Amino acid sequence: MTIKHSEEYRDAELSRRLVEKIRQTSRRPIRLMEVCGTHTVSIFRSGIRSVLPQTIALLSGPGCPVCVTDQAEIDAFVALARQPGVTVATFGDLMRVPGSASSLQREKAEGRDVRIVYSTVDALAIAQKDPGRQVVFLGVGFETTAPTVAAAVAAAAGLKLANFSVISAHKLVPPALEALMAIEAVRVDGFILPGHVSVIIGLDAYRPFFERHRLPCVVAGFEPTDILQAVDMLVGQIEADRPALENAYPRAVSADGNAKARKVLAEVFEPADACWRGIGRIPASGLRIRAAYAAFDAERRFGLTLPEAKPPKGCACGEILTGKKTPPECALFRKVCTPLDPVGPCMVSSEGTCAAYYKYSDA
Amino acid sequence: MKTDKILLDHGSGGKISHRLTQELLLPVFDNPILAELNDGAIFELNGRRVAFSTDSYTVDPIFFPGGDIGELAVNGTVNDLAMCGAVPAYLSAALIIEEGFPTEQLQAIVASMGRAAEFAGVQVVTGDTKVVPRGAVDKIFINTSGLGVIPAAVEVACHRAQPGDVIILSGTLADHGVSVLARREGLSFDTTVQSDTAPLNHMVRAMFAAAGGGIHVLRDPTRGGLGTALNEIAEKSGVGIRIHEERIPVKPEVAALCELLGFDPLYLANEGKLIAFTAPEDAEAVLRAVRSDPRGRDAAVIGECSADRPGRVYMQTRIGGTRIVDMLAGEQLPRIC
Ligand code: SF4
Repeated sequence: MTIKHSEEYRDAELSRRLVEKIRQTSRRPIRLMEVCGTHTVSIFRSGIRSVLPQTIALLSGPGCPVCVTDQAEIDAFVALARQPGVTVATFGDLMRVPGSASSLQREKAEGRDVRIVYSTVDALAIAQKDPGRQVVFLGVGFETTAPTVAAAVAAAAGLKLANFSVISAHKLVPPALEALMAIEAVRVDGFILPGHVSVIIGLDAYRPFFERHRLPCVVAGFEPTDILQAVDMLVGQIEADRPALENAYPRAVSADGNAKARKVLAEVFEPADACWRGIGRIPASGLRIRAAYAAFDAERRFGLTLPEAKPPKGCACGEILTGKKTPPECALFRKVCTPLDPVGPCMVSSEGTCAAYYKYSDA
Repeated sequence: MKTDKILLDHGSGGKISHRLTQELLLPVFDNPILAELNDGAIFELNGRRVAFSTDSYTVDPIFFPGGDIGELAVNGTVNDLAMCGAVPAYLSAALIIEEGFPTEQLQAIVASMGRAAEFAGVQVVTGDTKVVPRGAVDKIFINTSGLGVIPAAVEVACHRAQPGDVIILSGTLADHGVSVLARREGLSFDTTVQSDTAPLNHMVRAMFAAAGGGIHVLRDPTRGGLGTALNEIAEKSGVGIRIHEERIPVKPEVAALCELLGFDPLYLANEGKLIAFTAPEDAEAVLRAVRSDPRGRDAAVIGECSADRPGRVYMQTRIGGTRIVDMLAGEQLPRIC
């Protein structure tokens, strides 16, 4: 992997100019929602809220993959880790998320084989190295992560690996936007759409959503200047009463996305209903492994059923993920719920809204 | 303690490690010297002030770009002593080795400890080796302790920062943390970042020669990183701290890898960097002294202390915004995608 460093996009001067312009244009009080957790973190880390005019409120949406993972799914992950002979391979974020009775981190401390990996390929390598163990990869994430998981499943099929499987808890962004609009108390004047997801699905994937609701939508990158650019475009659209679907991240996002990634995604997965924390069941908003790859579906291999599970008591994650509340409005925030003793996933994930408020703001 | 099992987080150097120290260790070993919680213990022996420090080293991988566990173990304790204002003199070294460990690697590690000691000007005067069954440790763990004498005019401690003090950082942030991360099993980034492991005692000597009593706090931001170190100092000294993002030197490769993994360089380990809090009138002389050391060429003034908001650390961001810099909670975990 080669790395291109992004300092050049961090131009402080450009940022200041954008802030100046936003301050001059913004008249109406508006609520903009950043859908992606990576945006939330960037906004907090760069102090964007502190430089925007009072007219603009930024809300965090359901775009932190760990946060929207349903309680029942977390419980299923823990149950898998407890099965004899099973090695659970997971991204680091999921380790601390409390399930109904335990977390993966606790299971690991109890001696279960839970390993942090950086990509699905690493999980595949573990399976190849240790044929005696059943390696299960926890597939959590959006359209960004799902193609890499699909590629690993396809590779496992090619290798005829009998000890590798995936539990698919993937979620899709456009259906979630749709579901948000159906929730009555949600009030949003414009969306900052996720950059990485859009690299895969392309700008046009939001077209039907945009046409139905005619709400300002701008795809943004992750540098502070990228986000300010998107805010500026949204403010411009709103003040001119000319809602549009625009791309503020053209250096990475095209109209139709990444064809190769979409192909492997469609080859291995098919859309399925999914449960989102805080929102509930959304039709065709998740991904299920197709019948042709059933051998690699951990749910089928281990006969997992997902029993109903209640979210932690008093936790307002659901309302926070839909922009109805901010973390300081949760009675547990800072008092009972901290990154050390998280009650809900929004405090656990590095991209969670509660964690961001806790770490970066005075509130 | 709320957990009935020790978690990896307890070793992160952040809040949860503090809690372990405060709730489990301090009540048992209750004494005023320990209660200071400096990098090492400071006490008098025959009328001379002495610093005494110990640290255990476990690192995966044991050989990383820019160094290895042996060098790290010597430099780490030398630096702990130097941060107490002491001139490091004698070290002990204890090796716990896993059965089956290659002799050749052991030789390499010990040789590198020898070179590091010579470079730092300290002697390893006592030691111990243990071999344990396969699996009882991961390859090799090393403990070093060290002793040094504190010159009469020197008075540095975590609680001595004062409003008006200027904060100097001796070089780029997070090099060690990133070099180790990039080489961890499962991560194969081709990056050129090298660990910054190095002894800081020579730099510290030059700093005291330049400013003496004007230096109030010295700290090497190892585990837990700069963010955690600044919070500890703000809390213990009862001052507010403000740092400026654009003045904090970070190598572009380090920034890029951190971005990819969702890590914050403010919380990654450094093994050859220090921060110094100095009286404003001495800041320039101290900065010059730091920069005259080959390891301090990228040194910069990164912030200042005030009487406002005691105990809090703020950062002025590149775009002109403000945000809080909190202490690290538990280990940073790589994020999804
Ligand atoms: S502060 Fe904690 S309990 Fe409250 S919503 Fe956030 S995660 Fe849930």
